[in-house]
Order: sequence, then structure tokens, then C-alpha cells
Amino acid sequence: MTDEARAGGWIIALSFLVAFVMGGLPLSGGLERFRPDWVAMVLIYWSMALPHRIGVGAGWLVGLLMDVGRGGLLGQHALAFAVVAYLTCQTYRRIRVAPPWHQAFSVLVFLLVEQVLVFWISGVIGYPPRDWWYLAPALGGMACWPLLFVVLRDVHRHFEIG
Amino acid sequence: MAALKPSRRIQYLFTVNPAAILQLGFWVALSIATMTLDHRYRLLNGLRDVLATAAYPAHYLARLPTEAKGWLNENLAGRGALLEENARLRENQLFLSVQLQKLTALEAENRRLRSLLESAVNKPERVLVAEMLAVDFDLYRHRILLNRGRQHGVYVGQPALDTNGVAGQIVQAEPLTSTAIFITDINHGLPIEISRTGVRTLALGTGNFQELKLPHIPNNGDVKVGDVLVTSGLGGRFPRGYPVGAVTKVEFDPGSPFASITAKPFARLDRIREVMLLEREAPADIEGATAVAPPGARAR
Repeated sequence: MTDEARAGGWIIALSFLVAFVMGGLPLSGGLERFRPDWVAMVLIYWSMALPHRIGVGAGWLVGLLMDVGRGGLLGQHALAFAVVAYLTCQTYRRIRVAPPWHQAFSVLVFLLVEQVLVFWISGVIGYPPRDWWYLAPALGGMACWPLLFVVLRDVHRHFEIG
Repeated sequence: MAALKPSRRIQYLFTVNPAAILQLGFWVALSIATMTLDHRYRLLNGLRDVLATAAYPAHYLARLPTEAKGWLNENLAGRGALLEENARLRENQLFLSVQLQKLTALEAENRRLRSLLESAVNKPERVLVAEMLAVDFDLYRHRILLNRGRQHGVYVGQPALDTNGVAGQIVQAEPLTSTAIFITDINHGLPIEISRTGVRTLALGTGNFQELKLPHIPNNGDVKVGDVLVTSGLGGRFPRGYPVGAVTKVEFDPGSPFASITAKPFARLDRIREVMLLEREAPADIEGATAVAPPGARAR
């Protein structure tokens, strides 16, 4: 890897950090339930834009850090994120060419898969979800995708990450 | 890619990398392994410690906006509002210090009586204040991450209170942070007694911050709406006599052997910012009421 590519790595790590911090910010009342999983969305963006660099392994590692950061079961988000990265890496050619609002539907599917996996594992260890609200963050994620996409694309282009 | 024929282009769009599925299989297997080791055998605590310490700055970053808001509120509050708050606090403090005088006398009397009875004296407890760093991501597990860890003397099983009542206990202690589980988590059970009657039972979490259930009280049990629940001290984790909540609903269903009783915790778990962790034993040099000395006690 060249120097520029490694510099890009820092930007990618920073974007994950910002996403993680945004996930912990307090939100008011009703919005809390729709709080998008920012880290998963950033992961989807990078594995769509740079599938040769951010793949299943990177997704797994981000997920593991997420589990530690949120105090969950080690491996829960790691598994879900690895699957999300896999799905994105397999379909990025089809998704990347579509306009952002169109991509949002694919993102919705990926986020739903992630939520179902995370909550399925929660259910296995004795915390089954009580209602269907647990899928709401995926809808929030879909709504925020075009915005996130535009921001990250600009970051991507500005720093010429390859 | 522009040189490709349309059919090739379509093919390109649907290319699947067959090696990727193997790769995915490897990482999924690894996740299952870590989850099993973590959940069943608690073998990964070392790894968790290392990673948790690395994630510590991120938690502080996440708290910055909230702290900034608090700081701004404090610094931009009007003089009038400050004076008003000051007066209110002064009044409150006076009230508390009067109550405390009574309490000190009662406590001394209690200790004397207990020594007459030769029963174990309630050791005075010391508290450690811990601030919340993050809430568990999923809404059904009532766990929070605190900014105090093993370095500060936090241990697994340590009781956590808020200013109104029992909040929960520590389930994981990393070097700099720790995780507390609330009494309303669906996997939490708290040994309690009803202070009016002395009936001992368990208060189970429901997954709702406002609700505990008491499923083991028989239909002919003596429970009324408004009864106060306190910790019973059984189980050895929570000291005896801390307020937990009040009964909100009692329903007797003739078809089932047990009454359906729900209670509301005193602790405001949905808006908690900091908790007080009780320390197991007070060091020998700290005597009596000074152990939990509120500011009012020092004034005289």
C-alpha cells in the first residue's frame, strides 16, 4: 500500500469513530427508537465504495469493537457486521450505480438483516425483543442514507482514498 | 468497462466472488466461538479489558455534547434563576440537616439496641459516585456503562443506587469502566420485603423502566397498593433496608395461585445520569454517621 492509501485508512477509522460517537449521543423522545445504526451505515458505505479494502474481516473487527464499546456480548455485532459487509461486497456493483435514494432501499435490507441477527442472538442469550419496534432503527437508517452517502462521498473524494 | 457488450456488462453486475463465502464462513465461525467463550465461560475478559480501555476516549467524546450543554446552562443561566435555585437549595439543605440530626440520634440508638441484642451491627457504607457513559444499544437490555472501574474499587455484584432508591448492580468490571444492570432488566431479580408486613419475596424486572413484578405472592397475601418495597438483604448482594419501589397494582385472579402484583421503582432509571455504588465494607477508621456524610453534617 502506498502512503496515500494508508492516510486514507486513518480517515476511514475516523469516520467509524464519529459514527460510534453519534450512536451514543442523547436523542429526544420518539426519535430515540428510530436512531440509525450509524456504524453499520458507515460500514456499508466503505465496503460499497472500497470493497477491496473494507470487506468481511474489517466488518467483523468493527463489530467486535462495537460490542466492547456498547458492553454487549463479544461477537454479536461482529457477526452481524461481517454478514452486512459480505452482502455489500457481493452486490456493490449493482448498488453503486444507483442514485442515493434508490440505494436506500438496499441499505434498508442490509440493516434489517443486521437488526434481525443482533436481536436473534440477544434472544438466544435470554433477551428476546418484546415488540416490533426493534426494527425501527433500520427505517431511520434508510431515511438518513442519502445524507450520509453524500457526506461520505465528499470525504472520500476530498481525501482521494483509493 | 465501457468496451464490454451489454450481456457482459450485466454479467459483470452479477459477478459473485466464490471465495467470499468461505471468508464469511470463517468470520461467522469466529464470532460464534467468541460469543460462546464470552457467554458460557467468561474466558475473554482479558481481551474485553484491553479493548474497553481502548474504547474509553470514544465514550468521553460521546459525552462531550451533553457536558457542553450542562456547562452552557450553568454559565448562561440568569442571575435571578441562580439566586432562586440557591434559595431553594439552602432551604432544602436546612431541611435535610434537621432530618439528619434526628437520624444520627436514631442510628446511635439503633446501634446501642443492636449491641444489647448482640446481633450483627449494620456496617455503615461508603459510596462511590459513578457517571453514566453509555446506555446499552438495544432497548430491551437495561444496562449502562459507568465511568468507574476496577481501578476505582468497583467489583462485580456491587449495588448501585440513585438518589431515590435501588437502581441495580454491577455485572462487569473492566479496569476503567464497568457495566451495571438495572433492576428492571428482564433477567434481574431482587430480593425484597414489603416494609409494612415484612413479607419477603422477589421483585423481577419486566423490561420496562417503570415496572417491576412480584410474581410469588399468594392470592391471600397481604399486599396493598402503595406498599413500600425495601431490599431484604437476602442473597448477600444488597444491604438490608434500601427503598426499592411502591406497589402500583394488585390483582387477585381466582384461577391462579398467585396474585398479579406490579410495582414502580423509586429510582428514575430512564433518566439516570449518575449512580452511587455502595462499598462493601467501611474502613475501620470511619465511624458511624460520618461515613455517608452529606454536606449538611459538616456545617455544625
